[in-house]
Amino acid sequence: MTKYKHKPPWVVVLQRFSANKMGVIGTILIACLVIVALFAPLLEPYSYKEQNIAIANEPPSLNHIMGTDDFGRDLLSRTIRGARISFVVGVLSVLISVVIGLVIGSIAGFYGGVIDLVLTTIADLTWSMPAILIALLLVAIIGAGLESVVVAIGLSYWAQYARLVRGQILSLKSAVFIEATKSMGASDYVILFKHLLPNSLSPVIVAATIGIGNAIVLEATLGFLGMGAQPPTPSWGAMMSNGTAYLFISPWMIIFPGLAMMITVLGFNLFGDALIDIMDVKNKESS
Amino acid sequence: MWIYVLRRTLLLIPLFFIISVVVFSLIHLVPGDPIDSLLGPGSTSADKIELVKAHGLDKPLTVQYFVWLKNFVTGDMGQSIIEKQPVADMIFYNMPFTVRLGLASLFISFFLGILLGIISAAAKNTFIDYISMIIALLGVTVPAFWLGLILMLIFSVMLGWFPVSGSGNLQTLVLPAITVGMGGAGLIARITRVSMLEMFNKEFVLLLYAKGLSKPAIIIKHVFRNALMPVITIFGLRLGWILGGAVTIEIVFSRPGIGNMLLSALYRRDYPVVQASLIFLTMAVIIGAFIADIMYSYADPRVRDVYK
Repeated sequence: MTKYKHKPPWVVVLQRFSANKMGVIGTILIACLVIVALFAPLLEPYSYKEQNIAIANEPPSLNHIMGTDDFGRDLLSRTIRGARISFVVGVLSVLISVVIGLVIGSIAGFYGGVIDLVLTTIADLTWSMPAILIALLLVAIIGAGLESVVVAIGLSYWAQYARLVRGQILSLKSAVFIEATKSMGASDYVILFKHLLPNSLSPVIVAATIGIGNAIVLEATLGFLGMGAQPPTPSWGAMMSNGTAYLFISPWMIIFPGLAMMITVLGFNLFGDALIDIMDVKNKESS
Repeated sequence: MWIYVLRRTLLLIPLFFIISVVVFSLIHLVPGDPIDSLLGPGSTSADKIELVKAHGLDKPLTVQYFVWLKNFVTGDMGQSIIEKQPVADMIFYNMPFTVRLGLASLFISFFLGILLGIISAAAKNTFIDYISMIIALLGVTVPAFWLGLILMLIFSVMLGWFPVSGSGNLQTLVLPAITVGMGGAGLIARITRVSMLEMFNKEFVLLLYAKGLSKPAIIIKHVFRNALMPVITIFGLRLGWILGGAVTIEIVFSRPGIGNMLLSALYRRDYPVVQASLIFLTMAVIIGAFIADIMYSYADPRVRDVYK
Protein backbone atom coordinates (compact mmCIF):
# COMPACT_ATOMS: atom_id res chain seq x y z
CA MET A 1 0.00 0.00 0.00
CA THR A 2 2.82 2.39 0.78
CA LYS A 3 3.69 2.95 -2.83
CA TYR A 4 0.30 4.62 -3.45
CA LYS A 5 0.79 6.94 -0.52
CA HIS A 6 1.02 10.22 -2.38
CA LYS A 7 -1.47 9.56 -5.15
CA PRO A 8 -5.02 10.85 -4.99
CA PRO A 9 -7.55 8.11 -4.13
CA TRP A 10 -9.17 8.02 -7.56
CA VAL A 11 -5.83 7.25 -9.18
CA VAL A 12 -5.36 4.36 -6.76
CA VAL A 13 -8.81 3.02 -7.60
CA LEU A 14 -8.16 3.40 -11.33
CA GLN A 15 -4.80 1.65 -11.10
CA ARG A 16 -6.19 -1.23 -9.10
CA PHE A 17 -9.17 -1.44 -11.41
CA SER A 18 -7.14 -1.68 -14.59
CA ALA A 19 -5.17 -4.52 -13.02
CA ASN A 20 -8.42 -6.45 -12.57
CA LYS A 21 -8.93 -8.34 -15.84
CA MET A 22 -12.53 -9.29 -15.20
CA GLY A 23 -13.33 -5.71 -14.28
CA VAL A 24 -11.84 -4.44 -17.52
CA ILE A 25 -13.91 -6.95 -19.52
CA GLY A 26 -17.00 -5.81 -17.63
CA THR A 27 -16.21 -2.17 -18.37
CA ILE A 28 -15.82 -2.92 -22.08
CA LEU A 29 -19.15 -4.77 -22.14
CA ILE A 30 -20.93 -1.90 -20.39
CA ALA A 31 -19.25 0.63 -22.69
CA CYS A 32 -20.51 -1.33 -25.71
CA LEU A 33 -24.03 -1.32 -24.29
CA VAL A 34 -23.93 2.41 -23.65
CA ILE A 35 -22.64 3.12 -27.16
CA VAL A 36 -25.28 0.88 -28.74
CA ALA A 37 -28.00 2.45 -26.57
CA LEU A 38 -26.89 6.01 -27.38
CA PHE A 39 -26.45 5.56 -31.12
CA ALA A 40 -29.21 2.98 -31.68
CA PRO A 41 -30.84 4.84 -34.61
CA LEU A 42 -27.48 5.12 -36.42
CA LEU A 43 -26.47 1.51 -35.87
CA GLU A 44 -29.71 -0.15 -36.93
CA PRO A 45 -29.32 -1.57 -40.46
CA TYR A 46 -33.11 -1.53 -40.98
CA SER A 47 -36.06 0.15 -39.35
CA TYR A 48 -36.89 -1.60 -36.10
CA LYS A 49 -40.63 -1.36 -36.69
CA GLU A 50 -41.08 -1.72 -40.43
CA GLN A 51 -43.01 -4.89 -41.18
CA ASN A 52 -42.57 -7.02 -44.27
CA ILE A 53 -44.57 -10.23 -44.11
CA ALA A 54 -42.84 -11.51 -47.25
CA ILE A 55 -39.64 -12.12 -45.30
CA ALA A 56 -41.24 -13.23 -42.01
CA ASN A 57 -39.46 -15.83 -39.84
CA GLU A 58 -36.33 -15.87 -41.96
CA PRO A 59 -33.27 -17.56 -40.43
CA PRO A 60 -30.10 -15.53 -39.92
CA SER A 61 -28.47 -14.60 -43.24
CA LEU A 62 -26.06 -12.02 -44.58
CA ASN A 63 -28.89 -9.54 -45.07
CA HIS A 64 -30.40 -10.14 -41.66
CA ILE A 65 -27.61 -11.31 -39.35
CA MET A 66 -30.04 -12.27 -36.58
CA GLY A 67 -32.88 -13.27 -38.89
CA THR A 68 -36.36 -11.75 -38.93
CA ASP A 69 -39.36 -12.09 -36.66
CA ASP A 70 -42.96 -13.11 -37.33
CA PHE A 71 -43.70 -9.72 -38.93
CA GLY A 72 -40.56 -9.75 -41.06
CA ARG A 73 -38.85 -7.14 -38.90
CA ASP A 74 -35.07 -7.23 -38.72
CA LEU A 75 -34.08 -8.77 -35.38
CA LEU A 76 -30.67 -7.09 -35.23
CA SER A 77 -32.27 -3.66 -35.45
CA ARG A 78 -34.83 -4.60 -32.82
CA THR A 79 -32.17 -6.01 -30.50
CA ILE A 80 -30.17 -2.78 -30.88
CA ARG A 81 -33.25 -0.71 -30.07
CA GLY A 82 -33.93 -3.07 -27.17
CA ALA A 83 -30.51 -2.25 -25.71
CA ARG A 84 -31.62 1.35 -25.37
CA ILE A 85 -34.83 0.37 -23.60
CA SER A 86 -33.10 -2.09 -21.28
CA PHE A 87 -30.40 0.41 -20.37
CA VAL A 88 -32.88 3.18 -19.59
CA VAL A 89 -35.14 0.85 -17.60
CA GLY A 90 -32.17 -0.54 -15.68
CA VAL A 91 -30.69 2.82 -14.74
CA LEU A 92 -33.98 4.57 -13.91
CA SER A 93 -35.38 1.76 -11.79
CA VAL A 94 -32.13 1.39 -9.86
CA LEU A 95 -32.18 5.15 -9.25
CA ILE A 96 -35.67 4.82 -7.75
CA SER A 97 -34.56 1.91 -5.54
CA VAL A 98 -31.44 3.73 -4.40
CA VAL A 99 -33.31 6.92 -3.49
CA ILE A 100 -35.93 5.00 -1.49
CA GLY A 101 -33.20 2.89 0.09
CA LEU A 102 -31.14 5.94 1.04
CA VAL A 103 -34.10 7.68 2.67
CA ILE A 104 -35.39 4.66 4.59
CA GLY A 105 -31.97 3.30 5.46
CA SER A 106 -30.66 6.58 6.78
CA ILE A 107 -33.78 7.31 8.83
CA ALA A 108 -33.64 3.81 10.34
CA GLY A 109 -29.93 3.95 11.05
CA PHE A 110 -29.85 7.51 12.30
CA TYR A 111 -32.85 7.59 14.61
CA GLY A 112 -32.81 3.97 15.81
CA GLY A 113 -35.37 2.77 18.35
CA VAL A 114 -38.91 1.93 17.31
CA ILE A 115 -38.57 3.68 13.94
CA ASP A 116 -35.57 1.49 13.17
CA LEU A 117 -37.39 -1.67 14.25
CA VAL A 118 -40.43 -0.95 12.08
CA LEU A 119 -38.43 0.11 9.01
CA THR A 120 -35.99 -2.77 9.33
CA THR A 121 -38.81 -5.30 9.61
CA ILE A 122 -40.46 -3.90 6.48
CA ALA A 123 -37.15 -3.89 4.62
CA ASP A 124 -36.30 -7.45 5.70
CA LEU A 125 -39.72 -8.69 4.63
CA THR A 126 -39.44 -6.99 1.25
CA TRP A 127 -35.90 -8.24 0.80
CA SER A 128 -36.77 -11.86 1.49
CA MET A 129 -39.61 -11.79 -1.04
CA PRO A 130 -38.84 -12.77 -4.62
CA ALA A 131 -38.64 -9.48 -6.54
CA ILE A 132 -40.64 -10.93 -9.40
CA LEU A 133 -43.67 -11.45 -7.12
CA ILE A 134 -43.59 -7.87 -5.81
CA ALA A 135 -43.11 -6.47 -9.30
CA LEU A 136 -45.91 -8.60 -10.75
CA LEU A 137 -48.36 -7.42 -8.11
CA LEU A 138 -47.31 -3.78 -8.53
CA VAL A 139 -47.61 -3.93 -12.32
CA ALA A 140 -51.07 -5.44 -11.88
CA ILE A 141 -51.97 -2.45 -9.71
CA ILE A 142 -50.50 0.37 -11.78
CA GLY A 143 -51.03 -1.22 -15.18
CA ALA A 144 -48.71 -2.73 -17.79
CA GLY A 145 -46.35 -0.59 -19.86
CA LEU A 146 -42.77 0.57 -19.70
CA GLU A 147 -43.23 3.44 -17.22
CA SER A 148 -45.05 1.33 -14.68
CA VAL A 149 -42.46 -1.42 -15.10
CA VAL A 150 -39.72 1.06 -14.14
CA VAL A 151 -41.67 2.09 -11.04
CA ALA A 152 -42.52 -1.50 -10.12
CA ILE A 153 -38.90 -2.66 -10.42
CA GLY A 154 -37.75 0.36 -8.43
CA LEU A 155 -40.19 -0.48 -5.66
CA SER A 156 -39.18 -4.16 -5.67
CA TYR A 157 -35.46 -3.72 -5.08
CA TRP A 158 -35.17 -0.83 -2.59
CA ALA A 159 -34.78 -3.02 0.49
CA GLN A 160 -31.22 -4.17 -0.18
CA TYR A 161 -30.04 -0.55 -0.44
CA ALA A 162 -31.90 0.41 2.72
CA ARG A 163 -30.19 -2.44 4.57
CA LEU A 164 -26.78 -1.41 3.27
CA VAL A 165 -27.22 2.27 4.13
CA ARG A 166 -28.57 1.47 7.57
CA GLY A 167 -25.62 -0.79 8.33
CA GLN A 168 -23.14 1.83 7.15
CA ILE A 169 -24.75 4.63 9.13
CA LEU A 170 -24.91 2.50 12.26
CA SER A 171 -21.22 1.75 12.07
CA LEU A 172 -20.29 5.35 11.21
CA LYS A 173 -22.52 6.92 13.85
CA SER A 174 -20.11 6.08 16.63
CA ALA A 175 -17.02 7.15 14.67
CA VAL A 176 -14.82 9.76 16.28
CA PHE A 177 -15.23 12.32 13.50
CA ILE A 178 -19.02 12.26 13.90
CA GLU A 179 -18.66 12.76 17.63
CA ALA A 180 -16.38 15.70 16.91
CA THR A 181 -18.90 17.20 14.50
CA LYS A 182 -21.62 16.80 17.10
CA SER A 183 -19.59 18.44 19.82
CA MET A 184 -19.06 21.38 17.50
CA GLY A 185 -22.80 21.86 17.51
CA ALA A 186 -23.76 20.49 14.08
CA SER A 187 -27.43 19.81 13.55
CA ASP A 188 -28.88 16.35 12.78
CA TYR A 189 -29.41 17.54 9.23
CA VAL A 190 -25.78 18.47 8.71
CA ILE A 191 -24.48 15.31 10.35
CA LEU A 192 -26.76 13.07 8.29
CA PHE A 193 -26.47 14.73 4.89
CA LYS A 194 -22.98 16.19 4.99
CA HIS A 195 -21.13 13.50 6.91
CA LEU A 196 -22.95 10.20 7.31
CA LEU A 197 -24.55 9.77 3.88
CA PRO A 198 -21.57 10.69 1.69
CA ASN A 199 -19.43 8.27 3.67
CA SER A 200 -21.92 5.40 3.30
CA LEU A 201 -22.27 5.63 -0.45
CA SER A 202 -19.54 3.32 -1.76
CA PRO A 203 -21.21 -0.05 -0.97
CA VAL A 204 -24.45 1.40 -2.35
CA ILE A 205 -22.76 2.27 -5.63
CA VAL A 206 -21.30 -1.22 -5.89
CA ALA A 207 -24.68 -2.84 -5.19
CA ALA A 208 -26.34 -0.49 -7.67
CA THR A 209 -24.02 -1.57 -10.50
CA ILE A 210 -24.98 -5.19 -10.04
CA GLY A 211 -28.55 -4.01 -9.42
CA ILE A 212 -28.78 -2.57 -12.94
CA GLY A 213 -28.16 -6.05 -14.31
CA ASN A 214 -30.84 -7.53 -12.05
CA ALA A 215 -33.30 -4.82 -13.03
CA ILE A 216 -32.74 -5.54 -16.73
CA VAL A 217 -33.48 -9.23 -16.16
CA LEU A 218 -36.57 -8.40 -14.12
CA GLU A 219 -37.85 -6.10 -16.86
CA ALA A 220 -37.35 -8.85 -19.41
CA THR A 221 -39.05 -11.41 -17.19
CA LEU A 222 -42.06 -9.15 -16.72
CA GLY A 223 -42.12 -8.56 -20.48
CA PHE A 224 -41.90 -12.29 -21.05
CA LEU A 225 -44.89 -12.87 -18.75
CA GLY A 226 -46.84 -10.30 -20.76
CA MET A 227 -46.84 -7.79 -17.88
CA GLY A 228 -44.09 -5.50 -19.15
CA ALA A 229 -43.60 -3.36 -22.20
CA GLN A 230 -46.35 -4.02 -24.71
CA PRO A 231 -45.76 -4.84 -28.38
CA PRO A 232 -44.59 -3.35 -30.69
CA THR A 233 -42.05 -1.89 -28.20
CA PRO A 234 -38.82 -3.78 -28.95
CA SER A 235 -37.96 -4.57 -25.33
CA TRP A 236 -35.86 -7.73 -25.06
CA GLY A 237 -38.43 -9.35 -22.80
CA ALA A 238 -41.35 -8.51 -25.06
CA MET A 239 -39.40 -9.77 -28.09
CA MET A 240 -38.75 -13.09 -26.39
CA SER A 241 -42.31 -13.34 -25.14
CA ASN A 242 -43.42 -12.94 -28.74
CA GLY A 243 -40.81 -15.49 -29.79
CA THR A 244 -42.03 -18.31 -27.51
CA ALA A 245 -44.89 -18.95 -29.89
CA TYR A 246 -42.32 -19.58 -32.64
CA LEU A 247 -39.77 -21.44 -30.53
CA PHE A 248 -39.82 -24.47 -32.83
CA ILE A 249 -40.06 -22.53 -36.10
CA SER A 250 -37.72 -19.59 -35.61
CA PRO A 251 -35.70 -20.00 -32.41
CA TRP A 252 -33.47 -17.06 -33.35
CA MET A 253 -36.28 -14.80 -32.15
CA ILE A 254 -35.42 -15.94 -28.63
CA ILE A 255 -31.74 -16.77 -28.89
CA PHE A 256 -30.40 -13.34 -29.91
CA PRO A 257 -32.26 -10.97 -27.58
CA GLY A 258 -31.47 -13.39 -24.76
CA LEU A 259 -27.78 -13.48 -25.65
CA ALA A 260 -27.71 -9.68 -25.76
CA MET A 261 -29.28 -9.56 -22.34
CA MET A 262 -26.95 -12.17 -20.89
CA ILE A 263 -23.87 -10.29 -22.11
CA THR A 264 -25.23 -7.05 -20.65
CA VAL A 265 -25.94 -8.57 -17.26
CA LEU A 266 -22.54 -10.27 -17.31
CA GLY A 267 -20.93 -6.86 -17.92
CA PHE A 268 -22.61 -5.26 -14.92
CA ASN A 269 -21.76 -8.24 -12.70
CA LEU A 270 -18.09 -8.33 -13.70
CA PHE A 271 -17.85 -4.58 -13.19
CA GLY A 272 -19.54 -4.79 -9.78
CA ASP A 273 -17.42 -7.75 -8.67
CA ALA A 274 -14.27 -5.86 -9.62
CA LEU A 275 -15.46 -2.85 -7.63
CA ILE A 276 -16.03 -5.08 -4.60
CA ASP A 277 -12.53 -6.50 -4.94
CA ILE A 278 -10.73 -3.20 -5.26
CA MET A 279 -12.74 -1.23 -2.74
CA ASP A 280 -12.74 -4.23 -0.42
CA VAL A 281 -16.37 -3.64 0.39
CA LYS A 282 -18.05 -6.36 2.38
CA ASN A 283 -20.93 -6.80 0.04
CA LYS A 284 -21.27 -10.49 -0.67
CA GLU A 285 -25.03 -10.47 -0.18
CA SER A 286 -25.93 -8.33 -3.11
CA SER A 287 -24.25 -10.38 -5.80
CA MET B 1 -31.96 -24.58 21.92
CA TRP B 2 -35.67 -25.26 22.29
CA ILE B 3 -36.33 -21.87 23.79
CA TYR B 4 -34.67 -20.33 20.77
CA VAL B 5 -36.81 -22.39 18.39
CA LEU B 6 -39.96 -21.49 20.32
CA ARG B 7 -39.17 -17.78 20.28
CA ARG B 8 -38.55 -17.82 16.56
CA THR B 9 -41.75 -19.82 15.96
CA LEU B 10 -43.86 -17.33 17.94
CA LEU B 11 -42.43 -14.51 15.84
CA LEU B 12 -44.05 -16.08 12.77
CA ILE B 13 -47.55 -15.23 14.02
CA PRO B 14 -47.30 -11.41 13.93
CA LEU B 15 -45.46 -11.75 10.62
CA PHE B 16 -48.41 -13.66 9.20
CA PHE B 17 -50.77 -10.84 10.22
CA ILE B 18 -48.60 -8.14 8.71
CA ILE B 19 -48.30 -10.05 5.46
CA SER B 20 -52.01 -10.82 5.24
CA VAL B 21 -52.91 -7.16 5.79
CA VAL B 22 -50.39 -5.96 3.19
CA VAL B 23 -51.41 -8.54 0.60
CA PHE B 24 -55.10 -7.95 1.24
CA SER B 25 -54.89 -4.19 0.83
CA LEU B 26 -52.59 -4.37 -2.19
CA ILE B 27 -54.89 -6.79 -3.98
CA HIS B 28 -57.81 -4.44 -3.53
CA LEU B 29 -55.86 -1.67 -5.19
CA VAL B 30 -55.73 -3.70 -8.39
CA PRO B 31 -58.03 -2.02 -10.89
CA GLY B 32 -60.56 -3.99 -12.88
CA ASP B 33 -63.47 -5.99 -11.66
CA PRO B 34 -63.59 -9.79 -11.67
CA ILE B 35 -67.37 -9.55 -11.61
CA ASP B 36 -67.38 -7.97 -15.07
CA SER B 37 -65.69 -10.98 -16.59
CA LEU B 38 -68.26 -13.26 -14.95
CA LEU B 39 -71.29 -11.51 -16.37
CA GLY B 40 -72.50 -13.03 -19.60
CA PRO B 41 -73.76 -10.95 -22.50
CA GLY B 42 -77.19 -9.45 -21.95
CA SER B 43 -76.97 -9.39 -18.17
CA THR B 44 -78.46 -6.42 -16.33
CA SER B 45 -76.97 -4.23 -13.63
CA ALA B 46 -79.27 -5.98 -11.16
CA ASP B 47 -77.44 -9.23 -11.98
CA LYS B 48 -74.18 -7.50 -11.21
CA ILE B 49 -75.36 -6.18 -7.85
CA GLU B 50 -76.51 -9.65 -6.95
CA LEU B 51 -73.16 -11.20 -7.87
CA VAL B 52 -71.25 -8.52 -5.95
CA LYS B 53 -73.39 -9.29 -2.91
CA ALA B 54 -72.94 -13.02 -3.31
CA HIS B 55 -69.16 -12.61 -3.17
CA GLY B 56 -69.35 -10.18 -0.25
CA LEU B 57 -67.65 -7.45 -2.27
CA ASP B 58 -70.18 -4.79 -1.19
CA LYS B 59 -69.00 -4.69 2.42
CA PRO B 60 -66.32 -2.25 3.67
CA LEU B 61 -62.75 -3.38 3.13
CA THR B 62 -61.97 -3.87 6.83
CA VAL B 63 -65.04 -6.07 7.24
CA GLN B 64 -64.04 -8.05 4.17
CA TYR B 65 -60.60 -8.51 5.67
CA PHE B 66 -61.80 -9.88 8.98
CA VAL B 67 -64.34 -12.17 7.34
CA TRP B 68 -61.58 -13.42 5.08
CA LEU B 69 -59.11 -13.82 7.96
CA LYS B 70 -61.60 -15.79 10.06
CA ASN B 71 -62.28 -18.11 7.16
CA PHE B 72 -58.60 -18.41 6.26
CA VAL B 73 -57.58 -19.47 9.75
CA THR B 74 -60.30 -22.13 9.77
CA GLY B 75 -59.00 -23.46 6.45
CA ASP B 76 -61.61 -21.88 4.20
CA MET B 77 -59.77 -19.75 1.69
CA GLY B 78 -62.87 -18.69 -0.16
CA GLN B 79 -64.20 -19.48 -3.58
CA SER B 80 -62.43 -18.75 -6.83
CA ILE B 81 -64.53 -16.16 -8.63
CA ILE B 82 -63.58 -17.45 -12.07
CA GLU B 83 -63.01 -21.17 -11.57
CA LYS B 84 -65.96 -21.47 -9.15
CA GLN B 85 -64.21 -23.95 -6.91
CA PRO B 86 -62.77 -23.62 -3.40
CA VAL B 87 -59.38 -21.86 -3.42
CA ALA B 88 -58.11 -24.39 -0.87
CA ASP B 89 -58.73 -27.22 -3.35
CA MET B 90 -56.85 -25.32 -6.07
CA ILE B 91 -53.93 -24.64 -3.72
CA PHE B 92 -53.71 -28.25 -2.60
CA TYR B 93 -53.91 -29.47 -6.16
CA ASN B 94 -51.14 -27.15 -7.35
CA MET B 95 -48.92 -27.13 -4.28
CA PRO B 96 -47.25 -30.55 -4.78
CA PHE B 97 -46.04 -29.56 -8.26
CA THR B 98 -44.36 -26.41 -6.96
CA VAL B 99 -42.94 -28.21 -3.92
CA ARG B 100 -41.46 -30.93 -6.15
CA LEU B 101 -39.95 -28.37 -8.50
CA GLY B 102 -38.65 -26.35 -5.54
CA LEU B 103 -37.04 -29.33 -3.82
CA ALA B 104 -35.46 -30.59 -7.04
CA SER B 105 -34.03 -27.12 -7.77
CA LEU B 106 -32.82 -26.81 -4.20
CA PHE B 107 -31.00 -30.12 -4.58
CA ILE B 108 -29.42 -29.04 -7.87
CA SER B 109 -28.42 -25.66 -6.43
CA PHE B 110 -26.69 -27.20 -3.44
CA PHE B 111 -25.16 -30.18 -5.21
CA LEU B 112 -23.85 -28.32 -8.24
CA GLY B 113 -22.98 -25.16 -6.30
CA ILE B 114 -21.01 -26.84 -3.54
CA LEU B 115 -19.28 -29.16 -6.01
CA LEU B 116 -18.20 -26.24 -8.21
CA GLY B 117 -17.18 -24.23 -5.16
CA ILE B 118 -15.01 -26.99 -3.69
CA ILE B 119 -13.39 -27.81 -7.02
CA SER B 120 -12.47 -24.22 -7.77
CA ALA B 121 -11.26 -23.52 -4.24
CA ALA B 122 -9.10 -26.64 -4.24
CA ALA B 123 -7.68 -25.72 -7.64
CA LYS B 124 -7.35 -22.02 -6.93
CA ASN B 125 -6.06 -19.87 -9.82
CA THR B 126 -5.82 -22.78 -12.23
CA PHE B 127 -7.65 -23.34 -15.48
CA ILE B 128 -10.21 -25.53 -13.65
CA ASP B 129 -10.89 -22.72 -11.19
CA TYR B 130 -11.54 -20.23 -13.99
CA ILE B 131 -13.86 -22.60 -15.86
CA SER B 132 -15.85 -23.38 -12.71
CA MET B 133 -16.16 -19.72 -11.83
CA ILE B 134 -17.26 -18.81 -15.35
CA ILE B 135 -19.98 -21.47 -15.13
CA ALA B 136 -21.00 -20.07 -11.74
CA LEU B 137 -21.06 -16.51 -13.05
CA LEU B 138 -23.14 -17.54 -16.06
CA GLY B 139 -25.52 -19.32 -13.69
CA VAL B 140 -26.00 -16.08 -11.76
CA THR B 141 -26.33 -13.82 -14.79
CA VAL B 142 -28.37 -15.88 -17.25
CA PRO B 143 -32.06 -14.93 -17.18
CA ALA B 144 -33.88 -18.03 -15.91
CA PHE B 145 -36.73 -18.04 -18.40
CA TRP B 146 -34.29 -17.72 -21.29
CA LEU B 147 -32.18 -20.60 -20.00
CA GLY B 148 -35.38 -22.64 -19.76
CA LEU B 149 -36.31 -21.91 -23.35
CA ILE B 150 -32.80 -22.70 -24.60
CA LEU B 151 -32.64 -25.98 -22.65
CA MET B 152 -36.04 -26.87 -24.05
CA LEU B 153 -34.81 -26.08 -27.55
CA ILE B 154 -31.65 -28.20 -27.20
CA PHE B 155 -32.78 -31.15 -25.10
CA SER B 156 -36.43 -31.45 -26.06
CA VAL B 157 -36.64 -30.25 -29.63
CA MET B 158 -33.21 -31.08 -31.07
CA LEU B 159 -32.15 -34.09 -29.01
CA GLY B 160 -35.58 -35.27 -27.89
CA TRP B 161 -34.30 -36.43 -24.49
CA PHE B 162 -36.95 -34.76 -22.38
CA PRO B 163 -40.57 -33.84 -23.00
CA VAL B 164 -41.25 -30.20 -23.88
CA SER B 165 -43.81 -29.72 -21.17
CA GLY B 166 -46.04 -31.63 -18.80
CA SER B 167 -45.84 -32.67 -15.20
CA GLY B 168 -46.46 -36.38 -14.95
CA ASN B 169 -43.19 -38.17 -14.34
CA LEU B 170 -39.68 -37.48 -13.19
CA GLN B 171 -38.46 -36.80 -16.74
CA THR B 172 -40.61 -33.68 -17.00
CA LEU B 173 -38.98 -32.34 -13.85
CA VAL B 174 -35.36 -32.43 -15.04
CA LEU B 175 -35.23 -29.36 -17.29
CA PRO B 176 -37.35 -27.06 -15.10
CA ALA B 177 -35.35 -28.03 -12.02
CA ILE B 178 -32.03 -27.32 -13.75
CA THR B 179 -33.40 -24.00 -14.99
CA VAL B 180 -34.52 -22.84 -11.56
CA GLY B 181 -31.51 -24.35 -9.78
CA MET B 182 -28.80 -22.74 -11.90
CA GLY B 183 -29.08 -19.29 -10.32
CA GLY B 184 -28.79 -20.73 -6.84
CA ALA B 185 -25.96 -23.03 -7.92
CA GLY B 186 -23.95 -20.09 -9.22
CA LEU B 187 -24.47 -18.13 -6.03
CA ILE B 188 -23.61 -21.08 -3.78
CA ALA B 189 -20.52 -21.94 -5.83
CA ARG B 190 -19.17 -18.42 -5.45
CA ILE B 191 -19.88 -18.23 -1.72
CA THR B 192 -18.46 -21.71 -1.10
CA ARG B 193 -15.27 -20.81 -2.94
CA VAL B 194 -14.68 -17.55 -1.06
CA SER B 195 -15.54 -19.11 2.27
CA MET B 196 -13.27 -22.12 1.68
CA LEU B 197 -10.37 -19.92 0.62
CA GLU B 198 -10.80 -17.93 3.84
CA MET B 199 -10.68 -21.16 5.82
CA PHE B 200 -7.49 -22.29 4.08
CA ASN B 201 -5.71 -19.33 5.65
CA LYS B 202 -6.71 -20.27 9.19
CA GLU B 203 -4.04 -21.57 11.52
CA PHE B 204 -5.86 -24.80 12.33
CA VAL B 205 -5.49 -25.86 8.70
CA LEU B 206 -1.75 -25.34 8.93
CA LEU B 207 -1.76 -27.51 12.04
CA LEU B 208 -3.65 -30.25 10.16
CA TYR B 209 -1.02 -30.19 7.43
CA ALA B 210 1.67 -30.34 10.13
CA LYS B 211 -0.05 -33.39 11.58
CA GLY B 212 0.40 -35.02 8.18
CA LEU B 213 -3.21 -35.20 6.98
CA SER B 214 -3.72 -35.53 3.24
CA LYS B 215 -5.07 -32.57 1.31
CA PRO B 216 -8.39 -34.25 0.36
CA ALA B 217 -9.01 -35.21 3.99
CA ILE B 218 -8.33 -31.66 5.14
CA ILE B 219 -10.56 -30.19 2.47
CA ILE B 220 -13.52 -32.47 2.95
CA LYS B 221 -13.40 -33.15 6.69
CA HIS B 222 -12.29 -29.82 8.05
CA VAL B 223 -12.25 -26.90 5.67
CA PHE B 224 -15.53 -27.67 3.94
CA ARG B 225 -17.46 -28.23 7.17
CA ASN B 226 -16.35 -24.92 8.54
CA ALA B 227 -16.90 -23.14 5.26
CA LEU B 228 -20.51 -24.24 5.04
CA MET B 229 -21.86 -21.65 7.49
CA PRO B 230 -22.15 -18.67 5.13
CA VAL B 231 -23.67 -20.97 2.53
CA ILE B 232 -26.48 -21.89 4.91
CA THR B 233 -27.16 -18.28 5.87
CA ILE B 234 -27.18 -16.80 2.41
CA PHE B 235 -29.17 -19.62 1.04
CA GLY B 236 -31.83 -19.57 3.72
CA LEU B 237 -32.31 -15.86 3.13
CA ARG B 238 -32.47 -16.25 -0.62
CA LEU B 239 -34.87 -19.19 -0.68
CA GLY B 240 -37.30 -16.74 -2.21
CA TRP B 241 -35.23 -16.88 -5.37
CA ILE B 242 -36.16 -20.51 -5.86
CA LEU B 243 -39.84 -19.71 -5.47
CA GLY B 244 -39.64 -16.60 -7.63
CA GLY B 245 -37.86 -18.64 -10.26
CA ALA B 246 -40.47 -21.37 -10.01
CA VAL B 247 -43.25 -18.87 -10.76
CA THR B 248 -41.70 -17.95 -14.11
CA ILE B 249 -40.43 -21.39 -15.02
CA GLU B 250 -43.83 -23.00 -14.48
CA ILE B 251 -45.06 -20.72 -17.25
CA VAL B 252 -42.10 -21.52 -19.53
CA PHE B 253 -42.63 -25.27 -19.25
CA SER B 254 -46.43 -24.94 -18.90
CA ARG B 255 -46.36 -26.90 -15.65
CA PRO B 256 -49.18 -26.70 -13.16
CA GLY B 257 -48.21 -25.11 -9.84
CA ILE B 258 -48.75 -22.17 -7.53
CA GLY B 259 -46.93 -19.79 -9.87
CA ASN B 260 -48.98 -20.75 -12.88
CA MET B 261 -52.14 -20.49 -10.81
CA LEU B 262 -51.14 -17.10 -9.43
CA LEU B 263 -50.38 -15.64 -12.85
CA SER B 264 -53.58 -16.77 -14.52
CA ALA B 265 -55.53 -15.51 -11.51
CA LEU B 266 -53.69 -12.19 -11.75
CA TYR B 267 -54.61 -11.81 -15.41
CA ARG B 268 -58.27 -12.45 -14.62
CA ARG B 269 -58.42 -10.41 -11.40
CA ASP B 270 -59.45 -13.46 -9.41
CA TYR B 271 -58.82 -11.85 -5.97
CA PRO B 272 -59.33 -14.84 -3.67
CA VAL B 273 -56.89 -17.00 -5.63
CA VAL B 274 -54.23 -14.27 -5.95
CA GLN B 275 -54.53 -13.51 -2.24
CA ALA B 276 -54.23 -17.09 -1.07
CA SER B 277 -51.36 -18.00 -3.37
CA LEU B 278 -49.40 -14.83 -2.53
CA ILE B 279 -49.78 -15.47 1.18
CA PHE B 280 -48.75 -19.08 0.68
CA LEU B 281 -45.64 -18.12 -1.29
CA THR B 282 -44.69 -15.39 1.20
CA MET B 283 -45.10 -17.67 4.19
CA ALA B 284 -43.06 -20.34 2.40
CA VAL B 285 -40.22 -17.84 1.93
CA ILE B 286 -40.36 -16.77 5.57
CA ILE B 287 -40.56 -20.31 6.89
CA GLY B 288 -37.57 -21.16 4.69
CA ALA B 289 -35.56 -18.36 6.27
CA PHE B 290 -36.77 -19.59 9.66
CA ILE B 291 -35.57 -23.14 9.01
CA ALA B 292 -32.20 -21.78 7.87
CA ASP B 293 -31.98 -19.83 11.13
CA ILE B 294 -32.66 -22.96 13.16
CA MET B 295 -30.11 -24.94 11.15
CA TYR B 296 -27.63 -22.16 11.67
CA SER B 297 -28.13 -22.07 15.42
CA TYR B 298 -27.80 -25.84 15.51
CA ALA B 299 -24.52 -25.68 13.61
CA ASP B 300 -23.13 -22.70 15.52
CA PRO B 301 -23.98 -22.64 19.25
CA ARG B 302 -22.92 -19.00 19.50
CA VAL B 303 -26.02 -17.93 17.59
CA ARG B 304 -28.51 -19.42 20.03
CA ASP B 305 -26.53 -18.36 23.08
CA VAL B 306 -27.36 -14.77 22.26
CA TYR B 307 -30.95 -15.47 23.21
CA LYS B 308 -30.23 -17.03 26.60
